Amino acid sequence: MSLNDLIFLLPEIILATGASLLLIAPVTGLRDSISAKWAMIALLIITAGSLLACSWAVPGMEQTAGFARMFALDAFSIFFKLLFLFVVAIVVLLSDDFLRESRYSTWEYYSLLGFALCGMMFMASGVHLATIYIGLELLSLSSYILAGYYKNEQKSTEAAMKYFVLGAVSSAILLYGISLIYGVCGTLNLLDIARALSTVVSNDALMFGVILLACGLCFKIAAAPFHVWTPDVYEGAPTPITAFLSTGSKAAAFAIFVRIFYVALPGFHLDWSMVLATVAALSMIVGNLAAITQESVKRLLAYSSIAHAGYVLMGIVAMNVMGLRGVLVYSFVYVFANLGIWSIVLMMKRHEYAGEKVSDFEGLHSRSPFWAFSMFVFLLSLGGIPPTAGFIGKYFLFYAAVQAGFGWLAIIAVLMSAVSMFYYLRIVVAMYLRDGKEADVTASGALKFVAAVCVVATIVFGVVPNDLIDQVSSSAKGLHNKGAVTRNATR
Amino acid sequence: MLTKLWLIPLLPFIGFVLNGLFGKRLGKAFVTGVALVSTFGAAVVGTMAAFQYHAQYPEGERYVQTVFNWFTSGSIHADVAFQLDPLSIVMLMVVTWIGALIHLYSVGYMAHEDGYWRYFAYLNLFLSEMLVLILGANYLVMFVGWEGVGLCSYLLIGFYYKTDYAPAAGKKAFVVNRIGDFGFLIAVFLMFAYLGTADFGLVSHRAAAGVDAWLLTAICLLLFLGACGKSAQIPLYVWLPDAMAGPTPVSALIHAATMVTAGVYMIARSNALYRLAPDAMMVVAIVGSVTALFAATIGIRQWDIKKVLAYSTVSQLGFMFIGVGVGAFTAGVFHLVTHAFFKACLFLGSGSVIHAMSGEQDIRKMGGLRSKIPITYWTFLIATIAIAGFPPFAGFFSKDEILGSALSSPYLPAGVRYLVWGLGSVAALCTAYYMFRLVFLTFFGDFRGTHEQEHHLHESPATMTIPLIVLATLSTIGGFALAWHHTLAKWLEPIYPKIEGRESEFAIANEVPLMIVATIIAAIGTWLAYVRFYKRGLAADESFAQSSPAIARGMENKWYVDELYEAIIVRPLEKISLFFWKFIDAIIDGLAAMLGYIVQGFGDLMRFFQTGNVRNYALMLFLGVIVFMWVIS
Repeated sequence: MSLNDLIFLLPEIILATGASLLLIAPVTGLRDSISAKWAMIALLIITAGSLLACSWAVPGMEQTAGFARMFALDAFSIFFKLLFLFVVAIVVLLSDDFLRESRYSTWEYYSLLGFALCGMMFMASGVHLATIYIGLELLSLSSYILAGYYKNEQKSTEAAMKYFVLGAVSSAILLYGISLIYGVCGTLNLLDIARALSTVVSNDALMFGVILLACGLCFKIAAAPFHVWTPDVYEGAPTPITAFLSTGSKAAAFAIFVRIFYVALPGFHLDWSMVLATVAALSMIVGNLAAITQESVKRLLAYSSIAHAGYVLMGIVAMNVMGLRGVLVYSFVYVFANLGIWSIVLMMKRHEYAGEKVSDFEGLHSRSPFWAFSMFVFLLSLGGIPPTAGFIGKYFLFYAAVQAGFGWLAIIAVLMSAVSMFYYLRIVVAMYLRDGKEADVTASGALKFVAAVCVVATIVFGVVPNDLIDQVSSSAKGLHNKGAVTRNATR
Repeated sequence: MLTKLWLIPLLPFIGFVLNGLFGKRLGKAFVTGVALVSTFGAAVVGTMAAFQYHAQYPEGERYVQTVFNWFTSGSIHADVAFQLDPLSIVMLMVVTWIGALIHLYSVGYMAHEDGYWRYFAYLNLFLSEMLVLILGANYLVMFVGWEGVGLCSYLLIGFYYKTDYAPAAGKKAFVVNRIGDFGFLIAVFLMFAYLGTADFGLVSHRAAAGVDAWLLTAICLLLFLGACGKSAQIPLYVWLPDAMAGPTPVSALIHAATMVTAGVYMIARSNALYRLAPDAMMVVAIVGSVTALFAATIGIRQWDIKKVLAYSTVSQLGFMFIGVGVGAFTAGVFHLVTHAFFKACLFLGSGSVIHAMSGEQDIRKMGGLRSKIPITYWTFLIATIAIAGFPPFAGFFSKDEILGSALSSPYLPAGVRYLVWGLGSVAALCTAYYMFRLVFLTFFGDFRGTHEQEHHLHESPATMTIPLIVLATLSTIGGFALAWHHTLAKWLEPIYPKIEGRESEFAIANEVPLMIVATIIAAIGTWLAYVRFYKRGLAADESFAQSSPAIARGMENKWYVDELYEAIIVRPLEKISLFFWKFIDAIIDGLAAMLGYIVQGFGDLMRFFQTGNVRNYALMLFLGVIVFMWVIS
């Protein structure tokens, strides 16, 4: 360990320290939720600042990895870390009203959110299966508690319990996969695994390892048939936490999914691509079809997020430049559309379970035309309709699948996107064409701010996507070059 | 200013935003101020840019300024870019200055109308879009403006939205234009597909470097379809006469001087493509000449002062298309400019007449207005002489050059050359005839309106007469000035890329005899109108109806083209849509309902798995893993 290694970790160190301080702050007598919020926001800003400073201070990041090559600060990880920081910042703003109304400790809540973020940042930077796993567990354990934060609500505790039990099972599966891979390769470093595998012929132990690893990760991104927990947990968890789980936590799982498969396992692409393609197709079909019959908005969005996991998996299945960029672009634009929707859902009503039913949206247009329009934009983006940002993401992923010879998968994806428009438009129909007295918006400034930011971003990135695409291309470059090098070595 | 080309369309756009958002609240003075400052500002900035351009690029090179990259997808690259070159400067001067004058005129004309702010917001938006159209450096940006002016045209035709006919006319204009736009879009797609670009310079360059003839012919014909829609040529001219439902200054600006000439501009801009596709040029020339004559004959027997001018516009646009169709692009653009002068003057003059007549548009109820509204009379008369084609007024030079070029065009076979020239010459005869008929019926003889109207007769305010005087002056000297020493021809020379064996300028044989013939034709038309209408007034129209009733009725009813379209296009379409609605839709509905049941069933299946029981969930997880492991091994 050298000083350089510490610089690599500076943002995470600051964040972890800060989160610990948040946890013990109430001891000093600070109890009110407002100072907790500002303390959390300050922590996020300092972390982001230190991250940018570090990335600037460590040049040529593609080659560098600290702590015995377990932790990399490359463009790929910085892209995701900034995205995570953004997500958590938004979640803090979304949580404001919820925390003020409930009597649960605000400081603990933010502290857990901070630790979850810390885990996500480790996941983004991990180039070693151990680092990745520890990051994942840090995220998951914090998430379990946050999902059950309505301690007195049966639904919430039930969600947390289910999430914890099934999460533990999936972690076990994941660990078993990792151990099998270690057995074959004798290393957990992703690049070393790729190097070791270049001399190995396909064998059952290795394949079992890869499949177990993939299944464990599929649980984390909520892909079918490992998705069963999702609707129950998304429904039961406090809405801001649902927003967090469906955006930040998911994006983090995609980050490690991409890194593991692009860096360590490109040589066995033919073996695992069919399995993941099946998972992708299943997720799209199950998610979209099941969403149609849902009455609860939270369950509907849970199923829709299962479908979206299927779309993103196409980018991993494709295993080409387009696919890699597609995963990044999609994670990015999906965050805005999704957080925007959750902010509108939170605006709708402000008791414990907000915006429960599709019918709650009836007549929103006549009462708050701008927020109805924003909701419309977010739904269009999720459906992938231009000129919203969602279209750009889908365009990359579908194109990648076609390029890689998975035309059938792209066809399923397009058909299922059409199906998805059906249930997205159900909400639009409720907002614009139905009369209702229920839909009242009692928006706080923070929620309005979030929704406005998201709607602007969703439109801007849809109309002028070039800056985003350039950014993503340079962020993905390092990762893909490594992949390409390894693949050449395999041949 | 040259480096800030985007400012030129932006200024009227800001005017649009300000008037559209705040105009209603802040009142007339604010609206007037914003509208005039933004349009005259655009004119001044445009003129400064033109001078700077000429100082920096005396050879007339193309100056392109990329504002930002619009999108890049694979090999397709599109920029939002503006350009200046001699052709766009000609258009810029016409559009900004005439646009500014007509804004000034509108201040007087619209003073008593409701929706004053709405009118100026639309008019400013129009000017902005028109500037985008002519300053765009590629076909895509041009198309943005092309659609934008179409939208404004629709909005302004339907300005009097409480009437029955105005919204219908707006809709008709929009729908007919869509047919043309379809052609334009397909042409742009073909360019992207086969030439890989839509940039004006690159398209010309790559086309000249050798492309299949069929492709160029297809692109040119499709572009011409677009031009037919926007510039009201057969078979898509039907919307323009109806468009007179809009306020008169709108007819002058949009439906005479600027927007409708966009098609001519576009073809002149695409001259490199057309010169390589003589077949397409022949189509353009023939359609132009037939339209010129066809519309002129209808103009002979209309009684609505604006309808006469509308058919006259269609006819004159036909002349411009003869020009660009025979390869005399400069002559086409020349006529575009002179036409903008005299036709804007005529329309504004008719507006002044209508203003004086308290809204009356029927010339059967006018007469003897000469002494009552002298400024309007004199300017109208000058513009009439100009359009009829008497030397040395503006129309003479451009029309003469077009017809002369038609006879000596190297692109067309001899038979077609004579046909086009013949049709054009007869159309010129008709032009002189119907225009002087209009003058004699309106300004000479006895007043035929009501006492009320006679009592209210008055000359228009200065904001209306000043534009008339300026335009009449331009109609007098504009043609001579631009033809003197071939000023315009030399100025436009750089826009024609050199293509081996495809001249952009050709010598007109027998120039002086042709000029004399043209003058005699105009004189005959005028003399006929004088004999019939100066002396006998409306009685001449009646005796014509008696002597040849079939022709008279045909002209009166616009040769039944609207009825023909109704019978062969609109009604069959309605029947087909009815069939789809009642029959095909029912089948699809049935299928969709079936899909619903399937989905419902699937949902039930899902619910079966979604027990909410953790043990079942864990079991499913393991089953998933096991199935995949079994598949892979």
